[in-house]
Amino acid sequence: MADLGRAALVVSFGLALYAFVVGAFAARLNRRRLADSARNALVVCFFSTLVASAVLATALVRHDFSFSYVAAHTNRTLPWIYALTAFWGGQEGSLLLWLLVLTGYGALAVAMNRRLLRDLVAWVVPVLGGIATFFSFMLVAVASPFNVQTAPVDGAGLTPSLQNPYMVAHPPMLYLGYVGLSIPFAFAAGAMLSGRTDERWIVATRRWTLAAWTFLGFGQLLGAHWAYVEVGWGGYYAWDPVENAALMPWLAATAFLHSVMIQERKGMLKVWNMVLVALAFELSVFGTFLTRSGVVNSIHSFAQSSVGGWFLAFVVISSVFSLVLILWRLPLLQAKTKLESALSREATFLYNNLLLVALCLTILWGVLFPIVTELVKGESRTIGRPYYDFFLRAFGLPLLLLMGIGPLIAWRRTSARALLKSLTWPIATALVTGVVLIVAGAGASRPGLIAYTFSAFVIAAIVVELVRGTRATGSLFRLVGRNRRRYGGYIVHFAIVLLAIGIAGSSAYGTNVERQLRPGQSTTVDGYRLAYQGVDPIVNDPNRTGQYAVLRVSGPWSGTLRTGNVTYTGFDETDNDVGIKTDWLRAQDLYVIADFQKGSNVVFFNVLVKPLVNLIWVAGIVFLLGALVAMWPDAREQRRLVLRLAPARA
Amino acid sequence: MSGLAIALVAVLAAAAVVIVCLPFLREPVVEDDRLDAPTAEEEQRLTLAEERDRALAALKELEFDHRTGKVGDEEYRELLPSLRQSAAEALRALDRAQSDGEPA
Repeated sequence: MADLGRAALVVSFGLALYAFVVGAFAARLNRRRLADSARNALVVCFFSTLVASAVLATALVRHDFSFSYVAAHTNRTLPWIYALTAFWGGQEGSLLLWLLVLTGYGALAVAMNRRLLRDLVAWVVPVLGGIATFFSFMLVAVASPFNVQTAPVDGAGLTPSLQNPYMVAHPPMLYLGYVGLSIPFAFAAGAMLSGRTDERWIVATRRWTLAAWTFLGFGQLLGAHWAYVEVGWGGYYAWDPVENAALMPWLAATAFLHSVMIQERKGMLKVWNMVLVALAFELSVFGTFLTRSGVVNSIHSFAQSSVGGWFLAFVVISSVFSLVLILWRLPLLQAKTKLESALSREATFLYNNLLLVALCLTILWGVLFPIVTELVKGESRTIGRPYYDFFLRAFGLPLLLLMGIGPLIAWRRTSARALLKSLTWPIATALVTGVVLIVAGAGASRPGLIAYTFSAFVIAAIVVELVRGTRATGSLFRLVGRNRRRYGGYIVHFAIVLLAIGIAGSSAYGTNVERQLRPGQSTTVDGYRLAYQGVDPIVNDPNRTGQYAVLRVSGPWSGTLRTGNVTYTGFDETDNDVGIKTDWLRAQDLYVIADFQKGSNVVFFNVLVKPLVNLIWVAGIVFLLGALVAMWPDAREQRRLVLRLAPARA
Repeated sequence: MSGLAIALVAVLAAAAVVIVCLPFLREPVVEDDRLDAPTAEEEQRLTLAEERDRALAALKELEFDHRTGKVGDEEYRELLPSLRQSAAEALRALDRAQSDGEPA
């Protein structure tokens, strides 16, 4: 069956190359049938990639170790669901997933827009074909998942940290986000190549961008929860280069989602939007390069090989292509209007964009710094957490503040008096919150205090906006239904506030203590009494060995907590399997890590109490809800757009 | 390669060739094989329609911002005439472009 997979990939490569070369030729020479043929090639490319993916998935589930990839990433004791997740647990499988998602998205995007935007789609096809050509070439010539060998008795197994339910959803979610950013990039490039830089490419890609951004954001939160429950160090985000690689395109896409509204309403920022959409795409490919090349040390770089050079070349070529396109089309991208006032909705979007891009580039510099120092000084120097934390506060807190101010400012211009009147309730709420927090003893952490007061400000601003809007329209449902994108956005803002409160609470006000206990001994931490009862070894599990410490807990949460060390079959290293108990009333976790001492019955316990940490995961659900509201199709808007575009097609 | 694999690859490749060639199989001979890209007039109409939608949306937004208190009465009275004028101009320009494009 490996031959079938390999042949299907060769077919995919041929079709992608056809879509790229013939598609460009057809668009340049204005040939309709040839352009349709190239478009069909892109659609069929998805199906041939689907065949290749089905072959690999079948081999993984059947433990067919004659496939080198299957033998390298699974073993017989691995449950079938984790055997399937090995699809994206290794390099070759990840590349195949990239191509599958890219061609799937591409086929759907061009099929949906083929009638109304035929001239634009003619240029979108070769751009998507070019990207697909690169990935299919990599799979055919550089990193094939279909290399075969004499089947060994058993495989090497899947990296233990990937044997977690979150790994079923987290990587595909990130890929749906990363790859999804190819669609707005392809339409933007298509608009520039065709010279039709009007709003049509934005209209065509609005939901694609939102969907990719949602997947990327939610995927990161899933990854954060995975790190929290699986990696076992007590945190959820370590500013690891690979984590940053997902955050950077998300920040660029967030900036784009805001600035594109200015282009829609005022016809401004056309160049800036092209830059942002290209930046988001390049950063998504750069993220794959970081994960796969091994140029930086990361706990997430599960597979490292020589594909890094190819990816770097692709990033450089596509960046130069984007830059040249933007410079070439500068005359078409000039704005017809200007910013009327520094106190306007569009101005706050602009400030938000500057802060988001500054944060994104600051993180990029932090990621690149070890590579740059290696090249310049011959020794790699990494940038630590204080650097990232400083810039997160420097750019993140003003961003939080802007989330509260922005919705209460009018488009075009607002007088200082009207703005102050709008902000009365949010400012009062923030001040009261600050005073209450100081009185309650939460003033010890200045960043925490600022984050909480700013969060109160934003929540109050959202409430004020909803109350005023409901009064004006007569119904909350009518208000939201009339502008789903805006009110979905406010729900997302609320999710970001929950995230900020969760991060501030768990990092600024958390407790972290170490205790040595023998069976029968107990300790008290932040109101929790922990009594160590003894060891419970893992038995009759072919996939794992190890032991758990059993603790009887009383306090805000009461019950038995198990925390231990686990070694997976085929791997030498031992992983923490941490014990976590949640007090939902305070959204707080008791988080216990056990370290067993050889030849002794003493166990070192690292006990963490993390207030409000669960708001981070709640934020993920709220974020999804907001994104869904923003993406929900609006029949009235659709009709208006069809009417607008129809005369051009008549 | 097994017989089954060869057969499946052959089916896949043949289906790919047929689907890629479909536009030529459906229309072996055509009078006009050009992409129906908008003409200069249509492009202009599209731009004017965008401007009309933008102007109307700005008017609607001003009304809403005034009703929700983001824009004071004085500013509202100041902004309204210019936005109305822009919307009227955009509508007139679009009407002119559409009537110019209609066959006599």
